[in-house]
Amino acid sequence: MSDAVLEVEGLKVEYQTSSGPAVAVNGISFQVFPGETLGLVGESGCGKSTTAMAILNLVQAPGRIAEGSIRLNGTELSTLNPRSMRRIRWQEVALIPQGAMDSLNPVVRVDSQIAEVIEDHEGRQRFADMHERITELLGMVGLPARVGRLYPHELSGGMKQRVCIAMAIALRPKLLVADEPTSALDVVVQRVVAQTLLDVTQRLGMAMILIGHDIALQAQLVDRMAVMYAGSIVEVGRVESIFDHPSHPYTQLLVSSVPSITERRRRPSDATVREVHHRPSGCVFRLRCPQAFDRCRAEVPAMRELVPGHVVACHLYAGGSGEPAPAEAAGHV
Amino acid sequence: MRLRGLNLRYVLRRLGTFVLTVWLAATLIFIIPRLAGGNPIAAMVGKISVAAGGAETAHSGALVAAWDARFGLNDPVFVQYLIFLKNSVTFNFGFSITDYPASVNQLIGAALPWTLGLVGLATVIAFVLGTGIGAFMAWRRTPSLIRSVLPLSLTFTAVPSFMLGLLLLWVFSYTLGWFPAGNAYSLGVTPGLNLPFLWNVVQHGILPALTIVGAAMGFWALSMRGMMVTIEGEDYMVLGEAKGLRPSRLFWRYRVRNSALPQVTSLALNLGAIISGQILVEYLFDYPGVGQLLYQGILNEDYVLVESIVFLLIVATALAVLVLDLILPLIDPRISYLREVPR
Repeated sequence: MSDAVLEVEGLKVEYQTSSGPAVAVNGISFQVFPGETLGLVGESGCGKSTTAMAILNLVQAPGRIAEGSIRLNGTELSTLNPRSMRRIRWQEVALIPQGAMDSLNPVVRVDSQIAEVIEDHEGRQRFADMHERITELLGMVGLPARVGRLYPHELSGGMKQRVCIAMAIALRPKLLVADEPTSALDVVVQRVVAQTLLDVTQRLGMAMILIGHDIALQAQLVDRMAVMYAGSIVEVGRVESIFDHPSHPYTQLLVSSVPSITERRRRPSDATVREVHHRPSGCVFRLRCPQAFDRCRAEVPAMRELVPGHVVACHLYAGGSGEPAPAEAAGHV
Repeated sequence: MRLRGLNLRYVLRRLGTFVLTVWLAATLIFIIPRLAGGNPIAAMVGKISVAAGGAETAHSGALVAAWDARFGLNDPVFVQYLIFLKNSVTFNFGFSITDYPASVNQLIGAALPWTLGLVGLATVIAFVLGTGIGAFMAWRRTPSLIRSVLPLSLTFTAVPSFMLGLLLLWVFSYTLGWFPAGNAYSLGVTPGLNLPFLWNVVQHGILPALTIVGAAMGFWALSMRGMMVTIEGEDYMVLGEAKGLRPSRLFWRYRVRNSALPQVTSLALNLGAIISGQILVEYLFDYPGVGQLLYQGILNEDYVLVESIVFLLIVATALAVLVLDLILPLIDPRISYLREVPR
């Protein structure tokens, strides 16, 4: 799979705490292919944002990348020296941050904040060129040029997020990492901003990792989806495949939690992610899993391919020993 | 040209607050001694006659009456108050009690330039050095050798300024003899705008200045370091790093720029206090500044002098806060006194 933009293999991120290391990301692997949008979903604390920071090699102390490899366009990032890492950031992978509200330098005008990243990577430019480029970038995310002369506190939340998107595409990176880009916005603005993000990446042919906990929103935006639970990826597949045949019990729970107008019900989540410190033996989800059986306690489930492109880590699909065969169990017939 | 974030209405209102503050302070200065009761002239005369062996008490009544009239103490309080306000506004503080017939204006006028030069300059130097030290202490890229040396420069802050001054005097003046021990310039030198005199003044100023800088620098450094550390955790720092910006830009434009804002506020407040001098340091180095004058005034119960210096201090502090309020919109775009968003 050398044609992937990003290949993450066995990534493990730990945070040092007084009660020993807390494993936020526990050996996950996935790929992102050129031009595609991969959704990374899971509940709060499952390691989504930590994964995003790890891809930019920006895990803050006391966190660290303990194991695994991250290859971006063939370059191994986890062992790269800081100087080369700085060059790769934004030129090859850009971040759209979670807290767009506070992610802009409060004392610098918007256009200067876009200009500085261009200048620091491509050197000084002629003022007119720079101005034209910034106007174009702002235009691509639907902002008038005058926004450039404003300070962050003069913008609304949606405008700030658009500025962040404009900034992220400034150097035309191959990969965007959007860490819950819309979770701080109200529902109407969420849609519009998410649509803008999608339009821009499609127009420029960028690949994107879209991190979020709103599986309903994701369903409309992404090509493929990876479901994370307690630091592990439990299921990956094309978005239609995931929604039509959710296979992992956790994915089934997530998909069924999407509210529907015709069917009013509420499915309260019975627990939060608590497996970070005290990881259970075997399957990480077994304590909350309605279908757990003996094997789940004994053995960590490996990733199995149900149909091409749809993989799941669950013993229900292991076959043999009287368990349902993979394809039938998920309703892939 | 219109200054960013300011409008005329705000400036006028702010000036009004300034006048109100100074007026209130002046009124308090007027009221408090009168609440104490008694007649200041009688007290003075009494003290003088005690000093003279208790003689001539028969005439002291007439003396007090004459001076009461001379100082206007027979006028109704309201009239006294108006005259006091008029004199305060025109900075006409009358005569010093101890140094009569020298006026308070003459005394303060002679002392103020020395204090402004010494304490003012030392305060600014301490601010710049301290803020710089604090900033580099909090920066990961500061060479570790320098970073381990920087905190040592804060040692002097833990020492009281008069102890530090004594130490400097002992080492550099008495033992090594590099610098003079006191006063603002040597007695043999004629004051004037010439190089030998200025050099003489600088030589006399170095030790007291070092004392003030050493004592004050640490506070600036610690508060700056605290702000730098706080700002390191801000979302815009993380995004700045994700943007792959040059480390120097992250340092100056992101961290120092944002950390310096509260520092400037503290500096402005401190600048107002400069005018009353540094009593301990000026006393220690026998420096002819306002602090020394204030100290002598308190010793000699020269109320007129002390009140005048306190009044000046209030005016200077209020003025510093006024200037700060007017320049804040220039250095922090989030502060604006305009009603609408600028286009």
